[in-house]
Amino acid sequence: MNATACGAAPAIEVAGLRKSFGSVEAVSGLSFAVVRGEFFGFLGPNGAGKTTTINMLIGLARPDAGTIRVGGIDCTRNPKAAQSLIGVVPDESNLYPELTGFDNLSFCAALYGLPKAERTARARELLAAFGLEKAADRRFGGYSKGMRRKLAIAAGVIHRPEMLFLDEPTTGIDVASARQIRQFLSDIHRAGTTVFLTTHYIEEAERLCGRIAFIVSGRIVREDTVARLLDPVKGRHLVRIEWNNRAGEMCARLAAAFPELSFQPEGPGLVRVESGEPVRVGPLVRFLEEAGAEVAEARRLRPSLEDVFVQVTGLAAGALGREEEKGGHAA
Amino acid sequence: MKRWIAFWNIVAKDMRAYYLKPPNISWGLIFPLAWTGMLFIRTGSGLESILSVLPGVVCVSILFGTTSMLAVTVTFEKKNRAFERLLVAPVPLELLMLAKTGGAIAFGVANALVPIILASFLVDLSQLDAGVVVPAVLLIATASTFLGLFIAVAVSEVFEAQTFSNFFRFPMLFLCGLFFPIAKLPALLRPLSYALPLTYGADLLRGGIVGGNALPYALDFAALLAFCLTLFAASLWNVRRRWIA
Ligand SMILES: Nc1ncnc2c1ncn2[C@@H]1O[C@H](COP(=O)(O)OP(=O)(O)OP(=O)(O)O)[C@@H](O)[C@H]1O
Ligand SMILES: [Mg+2]
Repeated sequence: MNATACGAAPAIEVAGLRKSFGSVEAVSGLSFAVVRGEFFGFLGPNGAGKTTTINMLIGLARPDAGTIRVGGIDCTRNPKAAQSLIGVVPDESNLYPELTGFDNLSFCAALYGLPKAERTARARELLAAFGLEKAADRRFGGYSKGMRRKLAIAAGVIHRPEMLFLDEPTTGIDVASARQIRQFLSDIHRAGTTVFLTTHYIEEAERLCGRIAFIVSGRIVREDTVARLLDPVKGRHLVRIEWNNRAGEMCARLAAAFPELSFQPEGPGLVRVESGEPVRVGPLVRFLEEAGAEVAEARRLRPSLEDVFVQVTGLAAGALGREEEKGGHAA
Repeated sequence: MKRWIAFWNIVAKDMRAYYLKPPNISWGLIFPLAWTGMLFIRTGSGLESILSVLPGVVCVSILFGTTSMLAVTVTFEKKNRAFERLLVAPVPLELLMLAKTGGAIAFGVANALVPIILASFLVDLSQLDAGVVVPAVLLIATASTFLGLFIAVAVSEVFEAQTFSNFFRFPMLFLCGLFFPIAKLPALLRPLSYALPLTYGADLLRGGIVGGNALPYALDFAALLAFCLTLFAASLWNVRRRWIA
């Protein structure tokens, strides 16, 4: 395992993890290790087994087979053994709607045995960190989705855990809130917290994580540092061209005219051009215009983890979600 | 120490969020009052009869006060996933479940006090044997709470918890010697009476309030205690099996 090879003590070690629900095998033999202080990402489409894996790691589900060690403690038999070391941010908010934001945080801190003065100070500090001071004394039930997610993250870190598990923390909230959450996660990671994050946003994983595992149908299909994952696409040059009117077998015609380039249709009037050499856009646009297409846009793309994901998993990039640009304002 | 902070705060949170809400407080007062009133009118034999129905009224107040609460504090919280937050906290499951039931037990004791205090204004309770009545009330509250817990962790929906509680509660009204002696029940039903915790609780209260318990106190206490332990253990087993699956 490359993680242990680095010499650092593993924060999480999983071997041969399996879990089925009836005839559905949700997790099929996962093995991986997360080093202390690492930001580790679990990236996969809906139904890949991300939540099932997290639930086994945090003691909410029992594996059918395999072993789990968290903070060096064997949690396979006793799922509660390492719970004092970890913080959990679930995929759906599970705070108390009838309590205020402040009372929710204070209650969560009490679950980890923090004395009253520390609970209050910590709750105030985290409410401020997320810009929720004004909502502190409002009932959680009346919070917006973004506010709920922020409070859930605050609740997950209230006891300053060594390790934080987050299940899709930015799914379904606006861009400004997501940015604020990512900044917070970066900060606590820099301060020394080990972070295990699941997501189906490729850019999020690329931006935050040091190492990523691609998970598809309960299996890890590839696991490496972001830098190394990006290696094979680093020298690639990408251009996306979009035109307005539908144009039948434009892709095939482009491929015939420019044999040195590779063309992938991405939708009606949308094609991705890829090459090992810099792509000259002018001739492509001219060719399309002459063939009767009204070119709307031709844009150079930075090779990204998305390309790696597509290569490795054979899934279309659309199998993963793209963050919706709702253009919200920071709370 | 850390665990006790967690324990106490779980109890306090439930108290604030559920038990001390006006509808519950009024329900906790009105329900025992209604039972008391109804039975006093039905017996129609003046104030002396209060003493004879008091043990039964106390039992019913505790039973209904406690069992109905667990559908909310446990089943509802499981349904809306707040319970998962408790399950991932570093609190042993035994302590966690005691914390989740502590509020209901206290609520049951408070429910028991309503008819007793009311009766103390109307009749002479000086012969009441507190050495029996106090532990009996505590044990009845605990056994009924754990019965509620057993039901609450065996179902997934709040309405199921309520339906199943009634399945246990209403037969108990007739089978446990609360208002008519078990001896007057058909012989076929009598073994069933002794399989229900309230039978022993009602016998203790009868002995402690008016005298004339049918079974030895030691047997009553031992039986109630056994019900408490069995129901609690069965509930924990079910939580481990169904909720950490
Ligand atoms: N409690 C359950 N009962 C039955 N099937 C389940 C259960 N939990 C998960 N599954 C199944 O296991 C598979 C993996 O689900 P899981 O929730 O772990 O995926 P995920 O990667 O978290 O997906 P998402 O991105 O949608 O959250 C799915 O096929 C799902 O239907
Ligand atoms: Mg999930």
